[in-house]
Amino acid sequence: MSLRNCRNVKVLDVVPVGQSKRPGEFFEIKLEYPDWDGWKPGQFVMIRPVSWDLEIVWGRPFSISSVGDGSLTLFIQKVGRGTSRLAQLKPGDEVAIWGPLGNGFAVEPERPTLLLAGGIGIAPFRGYVENHAGPENLKLFLAHRVPLECYPYDSLSRTVECESMMERTPEDLQRIIARLHELVAEYAERDGLILCCGPTPFMRTVQSAAAEAGTRAQLSLENRMGCGVGACLGCVTKDGSGHNVQVCTRGPVFWSDNVEL
Amino acid sequence: MDMQTSFGGLTLKNPVMTASGTFGFGLEFAPYGDLKRLGGLVAKGLSLKPREGNPMPRLAETPCGMLNAIGIQNPGVEHFVRTVLPSLPWKDVAVVANLYACDAEEFGELAGVLAGEEGIAALEVNVSCPNVKEGGIAFGQDPKQIGRVTEAVKRNAGGKHVMVKLSPNVTDITVCARAAAEGGADSLSLINTLSGMAVDIRRRRPRLANVIGGLSGPAIKPVALRCVHQVVQSVDIPVVGIGGIASAEDALEFLLVGAHAVQVGTANFLRPDFSFGLADDMAALLEEIGAESLEAFRGSLQMEF
Repeated sequence: MSLRNCRNVKVLDVVPVGQSKRPGEFFEIKLEYPDWDGWKPGQFVMIRPVSWDLEIVWGRPFSISSVGDGSLTLFIQKVGRGTSRLAQLKPGDEVAIWGPLGNGFAVEPERPTLLLAGGIGIAPFRGYVENHAGPENLKLFLAHRVPLECYPYDSLSRTVECESMMERTPEDLQRIIARLHELVAEYAERDGLILCCGPTPFMRTVQSAAAEAGTRAQLSLENRMGCGVGACLGCVTKDGSGHNVQVCTRGPVFWSDNVEL
Repeated sequence: MDMQTSFGGLTLKNPVMTASGTFGFGLEFAPYGDLKRLGGLVAKGLSLKPREGNPMPRLAETPCGMLNAIGIQNPGVEHFVRTVLPSLPWKDVAVVANLYACDAEEFGELAGVLAGEEGIAALEVNVSCPNVKEGGIAFGQDPKQIGRVTEAVKRNAGGKHVMVKLSPNVTDITVCARAAAEGGADSLSLINTLSGMAVDIRRRRPRLANVIGGLSGPAIKPVALRCVHQVVQSVDIPVVGIGGIASAEDALEFLLVGAHAVQVGTANFLRPDFSFGLADDMAALLEEIGAESLEAFRGSLQMEF
């Protein structure tokens, strides 16, 4: 029987992270662990609070950011009506959760591995770092627009090599693009593994850098989803042969040469 | 309470079916519950040839509902028969194939492919393709075309139950219902989605690449209930109610106005195990409100105040 299932769990805590211009923009939700036998970093869950009743229809997909001490943590940025309502949850509130969903990132502990995060795309890498057997082989690069304190960057920098660049101007953006190309080329040279999660333009840059360097990379897509289980066909993307594939079940992680962005 | 329901030669162990396009081919939901607990499972729309569907974005969420413009993405009927159907528990749950085509001949051909398949209990005919030959009017809005398509499917269905799924995007749904009944439909399912649109004022663009999509979910339940009520009054063939069912109470409302069964659509997205427990909840609620039986409750709406 598959590990996937759906159950109601309690919210243990909702914690704001850092301070951006929009109050409470970044936060973590800590949930009771839904008694799953296992999960892989890069997998995601769908959550839907019971308090939504019928007004908000779909659950919302989030990467599993961290698991430990009987809890599961999601790192969330407030962007729309769903995430705004999630930010209002209180300890003790009930949430339906289904997962773990999707395929997760490749894990090759002996290989130099580059984690490329664009903003909130850092979320799955926290779990990746926390569960990796060879953290000395990991390097995280974060490109961001809001203060660094809004991300779980400091805690990760205690475990793995980290580098960040903030984008304030178009010149900054050009520097970030150049740095991404450099890093990808460097890890291609070292026969490394490159993993990426972030906004589509960020991932396009990594995709083209990987193609240029003649190396593969993995990209984690964040498409809008209705069901999360492969049924609604609302999250599809084109695979390498130009056919629609469901991001929720065939991804969210794709090899960069096998997906159209 | 015995929840079995029979209509038009079709027997379901309970009146809960899952609606086409919201439950994949069923196997996607198998990790979340026992498919055999369903009365029926309507597979996602099938066409003769594989279809890639519409461009993204294809979904938009609205208050108490959603808009979709998936465009019948499917791997084609042959793929379904060869690789999906054998994995479905069709001996224990009525598997219904939803058919999509753009002219009566093609509908007939599709029915012919499925006519001899033991695992298919019924054919549901989706009459919402815009018919280019007839000037862009969807089949579902033209009673003559509904009649022709129904006849073509019935003629090639090898005696299988034929259910015609009606669109609410018409002036008078009872005219379409009568056309399907006269064409030989064994039952009708209604409603399909309501035509709708959503826009983004910041990006100044439609929220769907297709601009217009189909509205479903709890927001459309009053329209669906009205349509089922009207159609039940105007034709003698059985009706399956669809539209915004998100609780046992919702499902019983459709049975009260005369539906023999219901199909659950968007609520499968509220949580993936939603449909599995619905029949049990309906049975419990029927007992709670003092109904003698499902049969006695069905169509027992009192019109006097």
